[in-house]
Amino acid sequence: MTTPDVTFDLSTTPLRAVNEALHAPGLTGEFAIEHPAGGHSVAVGLDAPIKVDVHGHVGYYAAGMNQQAEVEIHGNAGTGVAENMMSGTVVVHGNASQSAGATAHGGLLVVEGDAAARCGISMKGADIVVGGDVGHSSAFMAQAGRLVVRGDAGEGLGDSIYETRIYVRGRVASLGADCVAKEMRAEHREELAGLLKAAGYTDDDLDSYTRYGSARSLYHFTAENKY
Amino acid sequence: MSNETAPDATVSAASWGLRESATFDRPTIAAIQKAADTGIYDIRGWGAKRPLPHFDDLLFLGASMSRYPLEGYRERCGTDVVLGDRFAKYPLHLATPVTIAGMSFGALSGRAKEALGRGASEVGTSTTTGDGGMTPEERGQSKHLVYQYLPSRYGMNPDDLRKADAIEIVLGQGAKPGGGGMLLGQKISERVAGMRTLPQGIDQRSASRHPDWTGPDDLAIKIAELREITDWEKPVYVKVGATRTYYDVKLACHSGADVVVVDGMQGGTAATQDVFIEHVGIPTLAAIPQAVQALQELGLHRKVQLIVSGGIRNGADVAKAMALGADAVAIGSAALIALGDNDPRYAAEYEAIGSAAGFYDDFQDGRDPAGITTQDPELAQRFDPVEGGRRLANFLRVMTMEAQTIARACGKAHLQHLEPEDLVAISIEASAMARVPLAGTDWIPGRTGGL
Repeated sequence: MTTPDVTFDLSTTPLRAVNEALHAPGLTGEFAIEHPAGGHSVAVGLDAPIKVDVHGHVGYYAAGMNQQAEVEIHGNAGTGVAENMMSGTVVVHGNASQSAGATAHGGLLVVEGDAAARCGISMKGADIVVGGDVGHSSAFMAQAGRLVVRGDAGEGLGDSIYETRIYVRGRVASLGADCVAKEMRAEHREELAGLLKAAGYTDDDLDSYTRYGSARSLYHFTAENKY
Repeated sequence: MSNETAPDATVSAASWGLRESATFDRPTIAAIQKAADTGIYDIRGWGAKRPLPHFDDLLFLGASMSRYPLEGYRERCGTDVVLGDRFAKYPLHLATPVTIAGMSFGALSGRAKEALGRGASEVGTSTTTGDGGMTPEERGQSKHLVYQYLPSRYGMNPDDLRKADAIEIVLGQGAKPGGGGMLLGQKISERVAGMRTLPQGIDQRSASRHPDWTGPDDLAIKIAELREITDWEKPVYVKVGATRTYYDVKLACHSGADVVVVDGMQGGTAATQDVFIEHVGIPTLAAIPQAVQALQELGLHRKVQLIVSGGIRNGADVAKAMALGADAVAIGSAALIALGDNDPRYAAEYEAIGSAAGFYDDFQDGRDPAGITTQDPELAQRFDPVEGGRRLANFLRVMTMEAQTIARACGKAHLQHLEPEDLVAISIEASAMARVPLAGTDWIPGRTGGL
């Protein structure tokens, strides 16, 4: 870890001042945020090619709507980490609460520990790699992007899923409506390897993963839709 | 529309001594027959059609002796309104309290959205985006644009959030409180699909609740996040469909809303189940006093502004909503009609698709002859956004002048000076809901025991 250009201490500096500083036009460099103490909305709305290290646990919506920035959270993250991210990278060196990466359009979210329920809910193009398990209803209504789970997945995985591709190494408690296991073709193995590598995992056996996606039977509403 | 309701058939049946059932009337029979034929419930737009206690059940007490009227057209009656000055650095200052409600690109054509922007800007009021994101046409034409933050988050991005003049967090819609959306595949053009990150031509489901928060405490944190992202510059509205309005308004205020939008059950929709439109929610008239009571009890009336929508049609409705305590109103269906929707000049074409001018509500089909609720390029091309904008501006001016005329008659130098004391009701239901006395009495059912 390099020495940051600026260090903010949230125990003495208001959140508003920190976020305002990180929104400065034309911002570059490396920043550190100390003592977040589970605070909400830490480092949200970033839109610059900067690096931000958050040392400690964060509350809701950390790095929300991130664009361009590389954010690392050295602790656990609360609900909605990297929600609606557009680009850049967010890495949680711990566990994440529910709705991690919700509605995210782009970029890469890595949760090294477990992610709780509804990980990747309504995701719209981001890549999410979870080192451990994900909770129930993960990738619910997920539209685009990829979700990789190196551990197990809870009930209702991929419920009402659209075009997101899901890769799970462990067990899946149950699949949600219209979500089915699919063949792992060469392009999927290549895609999975790339995602794991981007997240820092290079030793996984690709054959231990199963791909899941939409059966597309809910794409047109009919009286035969039973869900 | 079928021909089963032709007048000659009615006359014949009556002359034979046949009596129509009030329970199984012809629309009900037709609905049962259609359900039996197709196995699918009816989906449509346009909002509730059943008769409901509404603004027409209220009357103004114009000034005579005990109140002093203002001279028509000579003495000033202000119409401007400031929205969102509780926390935001840049509240909206509108010239008229009649705003345009959220209607999505997808449900409406791009040219229709452009026309809304043109018309609203000409008279100094705001438009609202809707599900599906912000279009350059609308941002380019709308001087004041409210960006809706919806459960689907279709097209949601921070760049557009920053381009907006206000943010409206949508929790519900008057036509379908508690329900999600469904934009059917026939309206999903390549552009609409791209904006919503979904394949072209498939039905697009919108969630009924937000994906990353689960209650009022979470909403407070969500509002704080949106404020942080936009540097506390923009007002944050919270929109609810009218149901448990008293509690919802209180919770919205506790969560930090700058403005609360209450949409009554006469509010429109692009498409949802008929049974939902007609049977869920409460009338606009019943919702306003609940909302005002909640604001007053919190000491926030006129500090957190109240926008009311759901069946607003003319200046009298505007004045009545404001007299009951609203700061502004929003119009949706009326704005579409002003643009040219359901115009009789397309009568033949409406009939060709099984409807009629004045009855067309199959917005989900995307075959709107007026080119307004469609994504069909040929149909959309028929609609002239400049002419549509001119018509909407005219309509907004008329509504504003009508409201001013009434306000002056009540002795008010500003629309916001209208008050419940200016109103009476002509039905017991409306009196009870609006909490104003029955005309000629001082009786408000459930509130006073007098006369």
